Amino acid sequence: MASGGGNGDNNQLKLYSYWRSSCSRRVRIALSLKELKYENRTVNLLKGEQFSPEFRKVNPLGYVPVLVDGDFVLSDSFAIIMYLEEKYPQHPLLPQDLEKRGINYQAANIVSSSIQPLQNLAVLKYIEEKVGPNEQLAWGKHHIENGFAALEKLLKDYAGRYATGDEVFLADLFLAPQLDGATKRFNVDMTQFPLLSRLNEAYIEIPAFRDVLAEKQPEAPPASTC
Amino acid sequence: MASGGGNGDKNQLKLYSYWRSSCSRRVRIALSLKELKYEDRAVNILKGEQFSPEFRKVNPLGYVPVLVDGDIVLSDSFAIIMYLEAKYPQHPLLPRDLQKRGINYQAANIVSSSIQPRQNLTILKYIEERVGPNEQLAWAKQHIEKGLAALEKLLKDHAGRYATGDEVFLADLFLAPQLDAASKMFNVDMTQFPLLSRLNEAYNEIPAFQDALAEKQPEAPSASTS
Repeated sequence: MASGGGNGDNNQLKLYSYWRSSCSRRVRIALSLKELKYENRTVNLLKGEQFSPEFRKVNPLGYVPVLVDGDFVLSDSFAIIMYLEEKYPQHPLLPQDLEKRGINYQAANIVSSSIQPLQNLAVLKYIEEKVGPNEQLAWGKHHIENGFAALEKLLKDYAGRYATGDEVFLADLFLAPQLDGATKRFNVDMTQFPLLSRLNEAYIEIPAFRDVLAEKQPEAPPASTC
Repeated sequence: MASGGGNGDKNQLKLYSYWRSSCSRRVRIALSLKELKYEDRAVNILKGEQFSPEFRKVNPLGYVPVLVDGDIVLSDSFAIIMYLEAKYPQHPLLPRDLQKRGINYQAANIVSSSIQPRQNLTILKYIEERVGPNEQLAWAKQHIEKGLAALEKLLKDHAGRYATGDEVFLADLFLAPQLDAASKMFNVDMTQFPLLSRLNEAYNEIPAFQDALAEKQPEAPSASTS
């Protein structure tokens, strides 16, 4: 569970994250599923806090989320989750079967390489400024829908209760924040994607997923509904 | 080693790839390092062959590269490489140390999530059409340089002869094609990145890396020099 503020225990995991960031949410779900205690430190991307001297000392790359484990600093949600998976094997995030593992990696990467990089703040801002206001929403929607169409096809032969079977695995950690963002921010018509819609509803029932919904983070604006 | 054309052995690995694609090259390097025989099938992205009915039968997602292993069809270069790593443990592509593994995952994902998605054909075409001709090169260059600057910082505490030590690992498979594209296709001034420049030169000495170069593939235009 996350514990707020303070210096905390030097040996305790620390996560630097942004409440709205789907990349941060992936990691928070992993930490929650594995029941790992960690200290949550907010980095407000909208205010540019990732460029602050304090944060740069932690992570010269300026990327969020960042995991700090003692002297070890690691960023990139995928790398952090793999590190947690290898160091803390409880509640495994990958199945034993090689084919199913492959499908989990593939689904996760469709999100992290084909969808999310094209709809993050910096890219949307560029499109808004250079192509035109509101163009960025059409752009985001287009790439999300392409990715979702691919995921809908990919997972139809593998899905059970969750994306790749009846247990929660890596693919689900990447899907849930992406699905959440698509409906709320980009107005994607999810009726085109019945399997993903069903998965989205299944995730809301899981405490580890629901509890890390962006709106429930301590630093979220109070106007958000819970 | 790749064997061309024909139906081949049903049990043999098949790789559907595009000669110029850096994602395809990552996988070819992995197959070569692990000394795995496979049948190479060319898919010409420029001609839209990824949308052909024949290819769609292989991979409904339309993505390239694709690995076919018997009944298993897997796309996304990272997923394919992790599958090969788990199934064929010879010449391991990940170190044993957990932190070094984390750095490998992080470096690979900086390439596959922060750089490559912003320089692929579809994006460049959109920018060229909607923002202006030649704008796409400035866009690509900006994202490549940002990613390379992050990699330069990340790897300086970990590099040896190669990116994360004295052996070739996952990070190198992702770096080599990206560095190659940066200098040859996007005119990035590599003198800003002395560590990455040194790594790039080291990769030129490794047969598995050299043999996987775009211009060495059978379907590359014959005007390319060897």
